[in-house]
Amino acid sequence: MGLNDPFVQGVAQEVGERGFLLTSVDTLANWARTSSMWPMTFGLACCAVEMMQAGASRYDLDRFGIVFRGSPRQSDVMIVAGTLTNKMAPALRKLYEQMPEPRWVVSMGSCANGGGYYHYGYSTVRGCDRIVPVDVYIPGCPPTAEAFLYGILQLHKKIHRTHTFDGGWGANGVRLPKKLVG
Amino acid sequence: MTPETLDTLEAALSQRLPDLPRERSGDALIVRVATDALVATMTLLRDDPELNFHQMIDLAGVHYPERDKPLEVVYQLLSVYKNHRLRVKCAVAEGEAVPSVTPVWSCADWYEREAYDLVGILFSGHPDLRRILNDYDFDGHPLRKDFPVTGRIEVRYDETLGRIVREPISLERENREPYRHTL
Repeated sequence: MGLNDPFVQGVAQEVGERGFLLTSVDTLANWARTSSMWPMTFGLACCAVEMMQAGASRYDLDRFGIVFRGSPRQSDVMIVAGTLTNKMAPALRKLYEQMPEPRWVVSMGSCANGGGYYHYGYSTVRGCDRIVPVDVYIPGCPPTAEAFLYGILQLHKKIHRTHTFDGGWGANGVRLPKKLVG
Repeated sequence: MTPETLDTLEAALSQRLPDLPRERSGDALIVRVATDALVATMTLLRDDPELNFHQMIDLAGVHYPERDKPLEVVYQLLSVYKNHRLRVKCAVAEGEAVPSVTPVWSCADWYEREAYDLVGILFSGHPDLRRILNDYDFDGHPLRKDFPVTGRIEVRYDETLGRIVREPISLERENREPYRHTL
C-alpha cells in the first residue's frame, strides 16, 4: 500500500478537509484486534518448527503485528502446533483459560485437527477441538509457512466479521435470535 | 564389528565367564544372564580391562507372550577403548523383578523407567521407578502385545463439569485390520 493508493489518498483528503475520520466502533475494534494478535507459543511437535519458520525473516509474522508471547496472560491467540496428547490436554485447557478474552484458537496441522497420523494411538487426543473451541483449522502435515500465514489471514477475516458493539450481534459474532435483542 | 575383534571378545568372555550362554547373530555377540547374577556380571563386564564395557548404549524391554518368562531386558554395551560391543539379555517372569543396573551405569535410570512404563518390567533397587512417558495415572503398559493399540480411554473437556474428563474409547471409524493388534 503506497502513498498513491486510493484508500490512503481518500484518508488523507478526509483528514485534510475535516480533521477527523468517521468509522464504526466495530471496525475500529476489529482493526485493533487484527493488527496486534499476540499468539501464545504452544509448539508441541514438528508443526512448531514450521510456525517458527513463519515467524522468521522470510515470512515475518511481525508484519501482521504478530509477536509471540511466553505467557497466556499476554496472548490473544493460541496456536496449537502439533500432536496433543492425553497427558498435555489438561495443561492446554488450563493455559487457554488463563488467556484474557477475546481469545482465538488456531489448530495447526493434521494432529491438532483430528489426531492425524496418531489418530489410532493410545495417548493422542483426536483433535484439539475436544479440549478447546477452535476458530481456524490449518490442514497439512506439517502445514507450510504459507499455509500457516493463510490460516492467520482467515482468522483476520473471521475477526473482521464480528460485531461486538452492534445491536443484534452477540459478543462472538454469533447472530442472536430477534426476541433476545428486543 | 570385524570377525577378528568378535573372536577376541568371545575368547576374553569365555575365559572370564565360561558358564554364560553365548550366541552369535550376524556381527553381534549375545549373552544371556540370569537375574540373580546380573549386577555382578555387569560390574565385571565394566571393570575388567579386557572387556572394558564402560558405556551402556541402550536398554530395552521386550514382551514375548508365548515364552515361559515373557519379559526380557536387552542391554547394549560398548567399549570405546576396545572398539567392541556386546548385547546382554535377561529374561524375567511376570511380576518378578530385574535388579537395577543403575549402580553400574547411572544412565540406566531413565531407560529402566521407560521399560517399566511401556512394557511393565519391574526393577528392584531402582532409585525412582515411576512412569516416564505416559500419563501419571495411565492404566496398563502400552507395548505389551495384549494392549489395544488405540488404548482404553480418551479425554475431552466437559463444559458442564468445567474440567477434562476421561471416558471409555469410542471410535467413529474402527481401526483397519492390519493395524489392529489382537493376541
